[in-house]
Amino acid sequence: MAETILRCEMIPLDQLKSVLESAVPGAQAEMLRNDAPSAQHSLRIDNEHALAVSKFLRADPRLRLDYCSNVTGIDWPEAVLKEKVKVRAVVAGVEKEVEEVVEKRRPGYLEAVYHLYSMELKHGPVIIRFRTTNRTDQVRLTSLTPVWRGCEFQEREIYDLYGIVFDAHPDLRRILMWDGFQDYPMRKDYVEPDDYEYEPTPHDKVLEKASRHLPRHTIP
Amino acid sequence: MDEGLRSELSKQGVFTTTLEEVYNWGRKNSVWPLQFGLACCAIEMIATTMARFDLARFGAEVFRPSPRQADLMIVAGTVTKKMAPQVVRLYNQMPEPKYVIAMGACAISGGPFKQGYNVLKGIDRYIPVDVHIPGCPPRPEALVHAFMTLQGKIDEQKLTGNGRPPHLDPDAPSEFSVPQFGEHDLLPEKNPDVWKPPTRMRHG
Repeated sequence: MAETILRCEMIPLDQLKSVLESAVPGAQAEMLRNDAPSAQHSLRIDNEHALAVSKFLRADPRLRLDYCSNVTGIDWPEAVLKEKVKVRAVVAGVEKEVEEVVEKRRPGYLEAVYHLYSMELKHGPVIIRFRTTNRTDQVRLTSLTPVWRGCEFQEREIYDLYGIVFDAHPDLRRILMWDGFQDYPMRKDYVEPDDYEYEPTPHDKVLEKASRHLPRHTIP
Repeated sequence: MDEGLRSELSKQGVFTTTLEEVYNWGRKNSVWPLQFGLACCAIEMIATTMARFDLARFGAEVFRPSPRQADLMIVAGTVTKKMAPQVVRLYNQMPEPKYVIAMGACAISGGPFKQGYNVLKGIDRYIPVDVHIPGCPPRPEALVHAFMTLQGKIDEQKLTGNGRPPHLDPDAPSEFSVPQFGEHDLLPEKNPDVWKPPTRMRHG
């Protein structure tokens, strides 16, 4: 029995960007394209207007994004991105189009991603992202728990595993690890405790680490 | 007592036994497990107590909600580093004689989560384990088998001399140190009195 699910057409994401920017004065949104087959494009929103934009997304009659299904974190370490650019250059007296590799330095930052749906209008997801300034000392974002109550534990988890500090969170404590724990295990540069003592089937990196502790685990 | 004489007497209708046998027979048929589960293995443990597998046949149907009343700790599931001190503390609160079954790949070694930042590499690092059950999760039959293995172990314990149960040996340790939460890991990572790494390695 095929039932038609009522689905209200939502504002396309590129239009949503301008809707947001006109509804919340000063807010800046950037559309991030996802070229994968899923094509889940997202909006990056500046942190200063996070709360105002969220309240708008929740309250606007065209959107009514009343349900935050998932909050997750991403760690973007500092990286050098290589990009191929076509440049016109004179090679051996002849002007040609030549490919040149341009290196760009991308500063590191942490990101929080929110997936929003509307239960009332049955549409979604709208994906919004917030970025911290860097990965070390400026890692504060605004908590959206006052807008979507279900964010509480997930923001705590992001704080626990990535180290993003959510301002105005009602109860920001570690949730999976204990309170005295110092590291952020989901960050790319997390160093795990070197406690390899016996590995039944060591190979690759595990073999290398195990051999430091047990001379019999030698690399052949 | 000499086995031949005993067999001869039983043919004449004289039943002989020893205090040790009666004592161990009573102990092994009323092992009360501690009622707690840590992960998916707990579901199999619950299934074992239900009608189809019926752990009550072995006198172990009385799962106790207090460690003070329990004889057996079934560590059923992944022991996270955050949970490990509590598991050791529960063990310490159990009265002697007490036994431990480590159920499932996680409880015996960390399983698929070994070397994860938050998973203990087997509960036998902090408390002595009597029976290990591999499997992910083990079938209820495996738990029943582990239980029968434990019963055999209890049955063979001598009440005097070396290897007697700890409640009859005032020098035997009954409590083990509870690990502390460190900045990066549990402190200590393992209790060297309880756990030693295997010395023989597989070659090649």
